[in-house]
Amino acid sequence: MATTLSQIFHLYSRLGFGISYSEAKTMQQKSLSEIVTNLIVASSIPSYLTGIKKEDIPNKKDAMEDGMNKKDFLKLVNEKLQELNISWIKKLVSTKSSLVEKQTLFWHNHFACRVRDPFAMQELNNIHRKFAFGSFRDLLVEISKSPAMIVYLNNHQNRKQHPNENFAREVMELFTLGRGNYTEEDIKEAARAFTGWGISKQTREFEFHEKQHDAEEKTIFNRKGNFGGEDVINMLISNKQTAYFITKKMYKYYVNETVNEERVIQLADFYYQNQYNTGALIKKMVTSAWFFDTENMGCNIKSPIDYLVGLSRQFNITYSNNKLLFQLQRGLGMQLFFPQNVAGWPGGKTFIDSSTLLLRMKLPSALLNNSQIEVAEKIDDPDDQAKDQVFANKKLETEVNWTPILEETKDLDFDKLLKVYLLKQPIQKVIDKIKSDIALGKKEMILKIVSLPEYNLA
Amino acid sequence: MNRRNFIKTSSLASSYFMLPGFLKPLENLGFNSAQKNLVVIQLSGGNDWLNTIVPFKNDLYFQKRSRIGLKTEMVTFLEKDLAINNSLISLKEFYDAGEMSIVNSVGYPNPDRSHFRSMDIWQTASASNEILQTGWLGRYLDTSCKFSYEAIEVDNYLSLALKGKNLNGLAVKNINMLYKEVKTPYFNDLVSVTKDEVLTEDNQGYLYKTLIETQSSVDYVYEKNKLITNNATYPNTEIGNQLKNIAGFIASDINTKIYYVSLSGFDTHVGQVAKQNKLLSQYAESVTAFIKNLKELNKWEDTLIFTFSEFGRRVEDNASSGTDHGTAGNVFLFGKNLKKKGIINPGPDLTNLDNGDLKYSIDFRSIYKDILQNWLQTDADKIVSANVNPFNII
Repeated sequence: MATTLSQIFHLYSRLGFGISYSEAKTMQQKSLSEIVTNLIVASSIPSYLTGIKKEDIPNKKDAMEDGMNKKDFLKLVNEKLQELNISWIKKLVSTKSSLVEKQTLFWHNHFACRVRDPFAMQELNNIHRKFAFGSFRDLLVEISKSPAMIVYLNNHQNRKQHPNENFAREVMELFTLGRGNYTEEDIKEAARAFTGWGISKQTREFEFHEKQHDAEEKTIFNRKGNFGGEDVINMLISNKQTAYFITKKMYKYYVNETVNEERVIQLADFYYQNQYNTGALIKKMVTSAWFFDTENMGCNIKSPIDYLVGLSRQFNITYSNNKLLFQLQRGLGMQLFFPQNVAGWPGGKTFIDSSTLLLRMKLPSALLNNSQIEVAEKIDDPDDQAKDQVFANKKLETEVNWTPILEETKDLDFDKLLKVYLLKQPIQKVIDKIKSDIALGKKEMILKIVSLPEYNLA
Repeated sequence: MNRRNFIKTSSLASSYFMLPGFLKPLENLGFNSAQKNLVVIQLSGGNDWLNTIVPFKNDLYFQKRSRIGLKTEMVTFLEKDLAINNSLISLKEFYDAGEMSIVNSVGYPNPDRSHFRSMDIWQTASASNEILQTGWLGRYLDTSCKFSYEAIEVDNYLSLALKGKNLNGLAVKNINMLYKEVKTPYFNDLVSVTKDEVLTEDNQGYLYKTLIETQSSVDYVYEKNKLITNNATYPNTEIGNQLKNIAGFIASDINTKIYYVSLSGFDTHVGQVAKQNKLLSQYAESVTAFIKNLKELNKWEDTLIFTFSEFGRRVEDNASSGTDHGTAGNVFLFGKNLKKKGIINPGPDLTNLDNGDLKYSIDFRSIYKDILQNWLQTDADKIVSANVNPFNII
C-alpha cells in the first residue's frame, strides 16, 4: 500500500526531526507499518554519550583540598556541561536513530534534572536512552538510583533522623501519579522508605546506606509495612493512574496537545497491560489510523529543540561556534540539561511568546546566510554571576550545504515547496503576498517559507 | 498625564496601531492626572521569610534553627519583637519613612509545598484545589486593558501571572533588540495581510496573533522609550538592570500599568545562609536604587512595589544547614501613600504550628484584591474569585 508524502512528513516530524524531500519520495512505495518498523529498527542500538569522563571532574571536596580554587572548579564544570550539551545537540542533528533520541528527549523533560555534575548528567541521559523503549518501571528504578537525580532531589540528605521529602514528593507528583493522587501523609511516609538511598563517596555511584535507612513500619497508600524504596516504586507502578499519567503526556507529545480523553484511557490500559513497555505504546499510537487524521497533523508547536534540530538537519547545517549554539537554545527557551525547574518545560504554546517567536522567525535567514544575530544569555543560577551578558551581533559561523537541497527541489514550484516544508498550510493571502515577489530565486523562496509561523508547527 | 500630552501621544500612537478596534474612546482610557504603576517582584524558589523578617527574641526560633538561626548582630530591630536581616538593611530607610509595609503570615488554606503548584496558586490566585489557566494579572489585562504592553515582564519569558485568556503581557528583556527584530519588511508583509483576518483558535492562529500583537506593542514601547535616557546608578546585577529598565519605561509615560520581574535561587535546601543573604542583598540594593530613581523622576507616588514568594520554608532547619519547603511567609509593599505602614500584623506564632509549618493568617488574595481595587481601581471580584475582602492597607 502506497503512502502519501504528507503522511511521511507527519510521521518523520513526530518520530524524528523531519526528512528530506528526496528521502521521503523513496519511502512512498513502503507501507506505513513498514516505515514505522524501519524507524524502530534504526533505533534498536542506541549510541550513548561518552564524551565526559568521570575523571574529567574531580570530586569538589578533593579538588579544594588539592588547592583548586572554587572559581576554577566552577569554570571547569560549566565548560564540561556545555560540552555535554553540544555533544547531544550534534548527535541529534546527525543521528540515524532519530526515534530513540526523540524518546530520550521526552524522558529528559519528564525526569527533568539539573546538577553541576557533568558526568552524572551524562549518565542520567544515557539511562533515558537505554530505557527509551523499555519498561517504565525499570527506568524509574534506575532514575531513582542515579547520582544526578539523588543529588538534584536531595535524597542523599534523606536520613532516618531527618527525612528530606523532596524526592518522595517529586516521584509522585511529577514522575508517576500526578497531582491529586496522593496525600501529604503518603509523601512523608514514602520519604522514610527512601531514606538511605545515597551515593558512595568513593565511587560516586549509588549506595544504600543501611544506617541511615528507616526500617520501621510505614503507612503508604493505606498499606502498612516495612517498605523500602523499591516497594514504593512497585506500588506506584501497580497504580493504574501512573499508566494514565505517562500515556497522556506521551499522547500530547506524539499525537496532539489537545487530548482525546477516550483514546488516552484506552492507550493507558494497553500500556498497563503491556507492563509499561514504552516502545509498544509508541508503536500502538503511531500505527493507529487516527494518528494521520487531519486534526492531528501540523497541530502541535515544535519544541525549541525540535525546531533547531529539524532546521539544522533539513539544511545540513554545521556549526563551528559551539558557544553560540549553546546560547541559541537558551534564547529559544529550551537549553538541554538546563531545565528551568523540576517540572521540565511545560511545552506547547508556552514555548511561544513575543521574543521566542521572533527569534524563530529570524533564525533561518541568519543561519542559512551565516549572517549576524543577537543572542542574549540569561544566567538564572545563583552560583553564576547574576549578570546578563548579551552577545550582540555575533556571526553564527555556520556552514550550509545548499547543493542537495537545490538539486532535490529543482522541479518544485512555490506551491509544492510549501507542502514540502510546512505541515500546515498558510492562508491564501499569506501565500499570495509572499509569492508576489517574483524575483525570488529558489533559495529565497525556501528561506521565506521556513521563516513563516507555520514552520513552527509539527 | 495631562490632556495636552495625551493628545500628543495618542496621535503618535495612532500611526502604530493599524488594528481596528485598538483605539478606544477617550473616556474609557481612564486618564487620571497620573497613571498608577504596579511593580511585582517575585522571589522564586520559596524565600525563607523567617530569616528575612526575624523573630530574634524568640527562643523557639533559635532552638528550631540551631544551624541557621541569625544571631543578633546579623539583624536590625524593627518593632514588635521582629528584626530585619541585615542583608536588607538598605530598605530600612523606607521602613523608617513609612514607605514600606511588611505583612506577616501570608498564605492560603491547605498550602501546597510544591514549587510549581504553589507558584501557580500565587500567580493565578486560585484556591489550593483549583486549577486556573490564567494569571491574576492576565485577567486584569482581559478585563481592563487592550494591549499586551499594558503589562510588561522584564525577562525573556512570560510568566503565567501575565497570561490572560484573550491577552498576554509582553516579555521585554531589551526593548531596542526587540524592536530591531520586529520591524523587517518580511514581518511587515505578514502582519499586513493577516491583521484583519479572523484568526483560528488553534496553534496556527495563536502564532499569527502573537506576531501581530507583538509588532504593534513593541513599536509603541520603543518609540516612547527611545526619548528617555536613564543615567541613574543601579547595582550591576540582573535584578538591578531589570529595575533600571522599568524605571525607564515608567519615565517614558507609556500606558503600562504592570511591571513584573523575578529573582530566582531561593530554594535553599543546603547551605542556606550565605546563598539567601547574597540574594536578599541583591534584591534590597536594587529596590533601593529603584525607589531613589523614581523619586528623582517624580514617579514615586504613582508606583507601588509588591514582593512575594511562592512559599516560606519549614520552621526547623535540615541537616544540610538549609530548609525544606514550607508554607506561610511575608509580603512587602513599598509606596508613598500607604494607608498602613510598617509591620502590619503580629509576627508568626512559632508555638502553634501545623506539622512543623507556620499557619497563615492573611490570605494573599485579600492583598491582591486590595491592589486591584484600591491601586489599579478595577473591580477586584471579577479578577479574583476567592471569597475574601480586600486587605485595605493600600
